[in-house]
Amino acid sequence: MANEIVRQILRFLFLVAVQGLILKNVEPGPLINPFLYVLFLIQLPFETPPWLVLIISFVLGFCVDLFYGTVGMHMAACTFIGFLRPKILSSMAPRDGYEFGSTPTIQGMGRAWFFTFSFIVILTHHFILFYLEVFSFREFFSTFLRVIVSLVSTGLLVVVSQFLFYRTKQKI
Amino acid sequence: MRNLAVFIVRHYFFLFFLLLELLSLYFLVQRNYFHHTSAVSASNSITGSIFQARSEVSEYLDLKEQNKILSAKLAAQLSQKNTSWMLFSSHGTTYNDSVYKQRYEYLAAEVIDNTVTLRNNYIILNRGSLQGVLPDMGVVCADGIVGIVREVSENYCIVMSVLHSDTKISASLKRDGSFGKLTWNGLGSQYATLADLPDFSKIKKGDTLISSGLGDAFPEGIPVGVVEKYEFKSGEKTYSVEVRLATNFRKLRHAFVVKNLLREELDQLRIKAGVEDGQ
Repeated sequence: MANEIVRQILRFLFLVAVQGLILKNVEPGPLINPFLYVLFLIQLPFETPPWLVLIISFVLGFCVDLFYGTVGMHMAACTFIGFLRPKILSSMAPRDGYEFGSTPTIQGMGRAWFFTFSFIVILTHHFILFYLEVFSFREFFSTFLRVIVSLVSTGLLVVVSQFLFYRTKQKI
Repeated sequence: MRNLAVFIVRHYFFLFFLLLELLSLYFLVQRNYFHHTSAVSASNSITGSIFQARSEVSEYLDLKEQNKILSAKLAAQLSQKNTSWMLFSSHGTTYNDSVYKQRYEYLAAEVIDNTVTLRNNYIILNRGSLQGVLPDMGVVCADGIVGIVREVSENYCIVMSVLHSDTKISASLKRDGSFGKLTWNGLGSQYATLADLPDFSKIKKGDTLISSGLGDAFPEGIPVGVVEKYEFKSGEKTYSVEVRLATNFRKLRHAFVVKNLLREELDQLRIKAGVEDGQ
């Protein structure tokens, strides 16, 4: 348990650093903004109490906001994910509930489950984030395009990072 | 009373969520309307020093190319010296415009953080209130305009890039001086839109756009961009122009904060006359 907490804290710091120092300044093309840090909210253990998920999402959003200089934006998007996550998880639960000790990862839950779950989380997050950034529905379609393009790039990074994590776990 | 307690216990999760969500939205809105929050500027100096460290590493890798750009620009400026609109001193560069009696001072700064792909992009420079930077000052680079200072901490400032949805910079055609309002539609860091250009303007493709000098932020004549294409909106009797920006925001490393030394006098005059700031 303590081991898991330390691992999660390290993962938190790593993802925030990658997001704030690297991904923020990588410009693969116009409109593309990968937000890999959402992975942290996706892969939190199933047993994490909902109130803790909320607090973690809030703090995660705040840390990313510090790097982006947009206090409140990532916070709002992440907090909403923290609120939604238990509901999505319970609606996607297998018939007998989640096995104790299994994690919301590709190797833990299988591809179809993981893709659906991360798709919902990332889409919701990006949707809130980009519309809050514009703060109006005036540019509805160009913002929507921005959401979709970034969704694809974030999704790709999340899947790639899953395979990276998978490898390291096999060694241990 | 007991019912209320039961209600809170039953819906604690939703209420807790509502509290946090409203808190973040409050931060967001407050940030949008009041630019000077002490919590934000305190956090600026923390992230500022992180960005500074990263920038020092990456700048080293980029040094050769940046030096080339800078020395080329310096040579170009020096060759214009007999028109005497640039004076070099150890603290900065002073620009005297003898016709309009306006005086600008340029403070060299390094870009320590910059984004171009978001809808609202910000740039962080390593100059702040200790160096005399104030909110609403203009920022230019060797190639053209960059943005307007929004927030200032002791050693850093946050600049609203031209690549921002709130950008409204007055830019004029070099050919005939007719001017319009530069905005950014969020599609690509190379292009912006010039709106409200009047119908009598003799616009042509390839025309140069410069800052008009209206508003306090930018001196007249700073390059803005080149006319890429334009269309006439017959309903509004104005041209809408697509502009290729002079500044390459992706490679921005060095910038200059423009201090308007007559600013205070202008502000006082405005207060006296009861006129709002033109920006």
